[in-house]
Amino acid sequence: MSGANDPYDPKQVAALSAEALDTAVTEARKAFAEAIDLEVLAAVRPAHLGDRAPVLLARRELGALPPAARADAGKRVNAARAAVTSAYEERLAELEAERDARVLAEERVDVTLPWDRLPRGARHPLTTLTDRIADVFVGMGYEVADGPELEAEWLNFDALNIGRDHPARTMMDTFFVAGGPGQDEDSGLVLRTHTSPVQARTMLARTPPIYVVAPGRVYRTDELDATHTPVFHQVEGLAVDRGLTMAHLRGTLDHLARALFGADAVTRWRPSYFPFTEPSAEFDVWFPEHRDGPRWVEWGGCGMVNPRVLVACGVDPEEYRGFAFGVGIERALQFRSGVGDMRDIVEGDVRFTRAFGVDQ
Amino acid sequence: MRVPVGWLAEYVDLPSGTTVEQLDATFVRLGLEVEKVHRPEEVTGPLVVGRVLEVEELTGFKKPIRFCRVDVGEQAPRGIVCGARNFAVGDAVVVALPGAVLPGGFTIASRKTYDRISDGMICSARELGIGEDHTGILVLADGAAGSAPAPGTPAGPVVGLDDVVVELAITPDRGYCLSMRGIAREIGTGLGVTWRDPGALPVPSWSGEPAWEVAVADPDRCDRFSMIALEDLDPTAPTPWGMRRRLAESGVRSVSLAVDVTNYVMLELGQPMHAFDRDRVSGPIVVRRAREGERLTTLDGVDRVLDADDLLITDDSGPIGLAAVMGGASTEIGDDTVDVLLEAAHWEPTGVARTARRHRLPSEAAKRFERGVDPEMTTAALVRAAELLAEHGGARVVGAPVDVDTRGPRPTIPLDPALPGRVAGVPYPPARVTELLAAVGCAVDGATDDGATDDGATEDSGGGLLTVTPPSWRPDLTDPADLVEEVVRLAGYDDVPSVLPTAPPGRGLTEAQRRRRAIGRTLAEVGYVEAPSYPFVGPAALDALGLAEDDERRQVVVVRNPLSEEEPALRTTLLPGLLATLARNLSRGQRDLALFEHGAVFPGGVRRPAPLPGVDRRPDDETIAALLGAVPAQPWHVAVALAGNREPRGWWGPGRPAVWADAVQAARRVAEAAGVELTVRAGECAPWHPGRCAELLVGDGAGGHRTVGFAGELHPRVCAALALPARTSVMELDVDALPPAPVPVGPHISTFPPVLVDVALVVRDEVPAAEVDAALRAGAGQLLESLRLFDLYTGPPVPAGSRSLAYALTLRAPDRTLTSEEATAVRDAAVAAAAQRTGAQLRA
Repeated sequence: MSGANDPYDPKQVAALSAEALDTAVTEARKAFAEAIDLEVLAAVRPAHLGDRAPVLLARRELGALPPAARADAGKRVNAARAAVTSAYEERLAELEAERDARVLAEERVDVTLPWDRLPRGARHPLTTLTDRIADVFVGMGYEVADGPELEAEWLNFDALNIGRDHPARTMMDTFFVAGGPGQDEDSGLVLRTHTSPVQARTMLARTPPIYVVAPGRVYRTDELDATHTPVFHQVEGLAVDRGLTMAHLRGTLDHLARALFGADAVTRWRPSYFPFTEPSAEFDVWFPEHRDGPRWVEWGGCGMVNPRVLVACGVDPEEYRGFAFGVGIERALQFRSGVGDMRDIVEGDVRFTRAFGVDQ
Repeated sequence: MRVPVGWLAEYVDLPSGTTVEQLDATFVRLGLEVEKVHRPEEVTGPLVVGRVLEVEELTGFKKPIRFCRVDVGEQAPRGIVCGARNFAVGDAVVVALPGAVLPGGFTIASRKTYDRISDGMICSARELGIGEDHTGILVLADGAAGSAPAPGTPAGPVVGLDDVVVELAITPDRGYCLSMRGIAREIGTGLGVTWRDPGALPVPSWSGEPAWEVAVADPDRCDRFSMIALEDLDPTAPTPWGMRRRLAESGVRSVSLAVDVTNYVMLELGQPMHAFDRDRVSGPIVVRRAREGERLTTLDGVDRVLDADDLLITDDSGPIGLAAVMGGASTEIGDDTVDVLLEAAHWEPTGVARTARRHRLPSEAAKRFERGVDPEMTTAALVRAAELLAEHGGARVVGAPVDVDTRGPRPTIPLDPALPGRVAGVPYPPARVTELLAAVGCAVDGATDDGATDDGATEDSGGGLLTVTPPSWRPDLTDPADLVEEVVRLAGYDDVPSVLPTAPPGRGLTEAQRRRRAIGRTLAEVGYVEAPSYPFVGPAALDALGLAEDDERRQVVVVRNPLSEEEPALRTTLLPGLLATLARNLSRGQRDLALFEHGAVFPGGVRRPAPLPGVDRRPDDETIAALLGAVPAQPWHVAVALAGNREPRGWWGPGRPAVWADAVQAARRVAEAAGVELTVRAGECAPWHPGRCAELLVGDGAGGHRTVGFAGELHPRVCAALALPARTSVMELDVDALPPAPVPVGPHISTFPPVLVDVALVVRDEVPAAEVDAALRAGAGQLLESLRLFDLYTGPPVPAGSRSLAYALTLRAPDRTLTSEEATAVRDAAVAAAAQRTGAQLRA
């Protein structure tokens, strides 16, 4: 090896000669071309592109040349090195393509084989539909309020203007809960017949403006059959604010209908009666995708909160008005997903629930 | 309420061509829900009124047979063979002539039978599809009454064959719609057509001695009691067909003329009435509360012990009627009754409701009084009933009517005429408000012609208040809000526009709500199927779980009126319901099951009853606290159950059976979803296998732990009791007992290379792996990045009673490459800690 201060010695730098470089390139090309597979190619590579390969040794000698000769020789060395490199890469590409065509083809598998080693479970459609409805309201700024299923009778009835001897109270088909040590006294508790007591709880606990939805499980003493279940689910909505009107109620229900049933969904009201709202209505939703053709489907009840309820819950009816509505989740599930028999919803058969996946 | 359209048309000028569909839509628009439309069965071909001219009894057959000559409006009478015997010469009957087709496709033809030519058929109600009566043929009118249409008249309309019955569901506020009178008013108003009030009847100038001596001792519960006396009723007079037909259409059984008339008038005017056999009433009638120990046998034959709250109609003999609910047997109208006392009264609704509920007697009368009856109707109903009994039974009114009337003035409601518009969000001019309230029957006083049209947006009324007196038949109208509903309803709910309100910004879901969703989603993603069940349980289900007598899960909340006597209580654990669902799925052919359920449970125990404060204002804070405190906490639990394979068998090899560890892992998943660290240790709790039960604990925030649940394999006896596969595994955990999730701290990520070290430790079998794990971690200290048990081995050369646990340790420093000396030091420290705490020995 020559240092920078060594005297110029043409013999010593023979490696830089054009012939020597040509020979190195030719030999390299030959060796690469003769490599029959990637392994051989990898094996011959160091001889032509490794640290001791002729073109790399030549490059080191460049420093020994007088500056005048250096540029010219440098070009030659670089060209030779590029030629070897490209010969290598071309051959590498060829051999890889060959290998891909042969070896990877041999490694082919049947990708249609199942691999359900840990099948996915599912959430119940009542749960996911409830969440979906709640989310529509959360998106509007509502909060989700919870209340107990075993509820104070006063909150389930009295506070909602359903007096002790009112026919509406008997019509509710209530499960009553026993109290006292002998389970033979009044407990003042019932299994809530609707999610409406959450309205009362919310108004007792908070001051307006109130915008809440209360999803949950409710109870009536109906035997299970194709259309009834003693345990079912509702989502209740309550808004109490200054200047609320029935128009706001309709706008809210229309929005919910569109969110769940598509842009063409609208609601229709029929006058009805609930002790806790006045005026009251039942509402239908226009459901174009019904399995029996587009139609109006009964969905829920709604109305303006009866001022008597506001009073019992400590809200000044002169200052605030409210609207409330409730929808049945089972009912919505039945027509939205074409479920004909209520028993399929309540029996917990995995074949039913699996059809709905984790998030519908 | 069943409304025969033909009856309705008597009071309402229904536009010609009004279809049932149009009526249906009108009912619905007015808030009268149509439950069902009953259409009569179809009869085609000639069906006419006939008059029996001759009856010839044929003999010599197996049963008596009649050959009749019947005038059917043709030139000559027809000969008809008939097997019924309940008619006589002169009676008007219904004849199906040859060519007629009766319900069921029964074609009538002229044919020879019993040696005669029968040229048609005399029909029974059942053959016409208009009733169940098949004991004889349908007699429209007997010869004496002579009020039947002429022979040959088409019989369809006469017998009500064309009458559609609309069945309505009446909401409890609309008592007056439990009458044709109320329905006529609604439909007349709703269609905007002329209608007639059947209750607008002038009281005849009956005079003389009062019909009976009557005293009302409880005017609060009975503010009007009216009565008339009738004599000379023909007890054998039949109820005319038209009335029977309408009663049948309305779902009321025909009993006798007197009873049928009271029912008919109740349906017509909404005023329940009662008929007493006057000869069986002794002494003055007194309306009073029941006394201690009094009894009454009601018309249904039930001997009832009366409550001091029950209101009675009494005479010298004691109770003769349960006021407003049911009459007594002792004064019942009988086959021989000729003199009748007719009573029509107005009773206070809540008292009626209590008595009806107490005696489980939801009678038609009680149903109406509970919902409110028009007190103006008592005398009108008596007039109408007297008229019908005179016409059809020859009875005549004697003496003057009794009318004990202690009603106060009708209350008035002040109404801001702008209120309906403000509530609806659509303006109604004051004149419109007045007009609509008048249509309801309200008397409206006050300036309405001030010309101010409210725009519906301002809260300022601007004008004077209206003074509204609701009509006597609308006791439900008590508040301005009730009047608002009437205005908006009659104007049409369709007028209300759709405007989305702007809620203030919300805070999204609470942590608890997010956690519940995360748990459900996580379990579903790892293979569990959600299976909610009813929360009802019985002792058998708790016994099957093997719960000890003093297990707190046996402290249940009891339902007083359960659907099933076997399941009278509310669940204290999710397992009975979940395991029942598991069994149901297995019975339906499923083999590999992983189910979960989450929901409230209801711990029992004795509590103070919840108070029932008034509703005229917000209860005070103390009462609210008592109210809320009386409602027990209902913790939210989650549970899983596994049977069969957790991983199915496939082309990759055999399946992996679900085991205790899957149940424990489910608990870990739940804790991860909740962002909480879970500690697991050996536990013992029914219904788990005592050697395969994991107790699940969380930090209690004070350095200790508290138990939140259990997981593992079911006790073999529980599997046997519930007929579940062996090794069924379950987990149950109290989600509400999990502490709040801390906000996660982002770890420092070291980019220096790790050092991987394996150690195999021999420990006694009874040492839990969790303890070895904890000891290694503690001994390794800060430089331990992760630790994983990768092998568990028993057998030679590991001595019996011990096992070998092999751990892979990943060591890494945050700021440098670890030297091998450092790594060895860490490993030695870890092993030393394990040795010291658990007796572990490094495996040779």
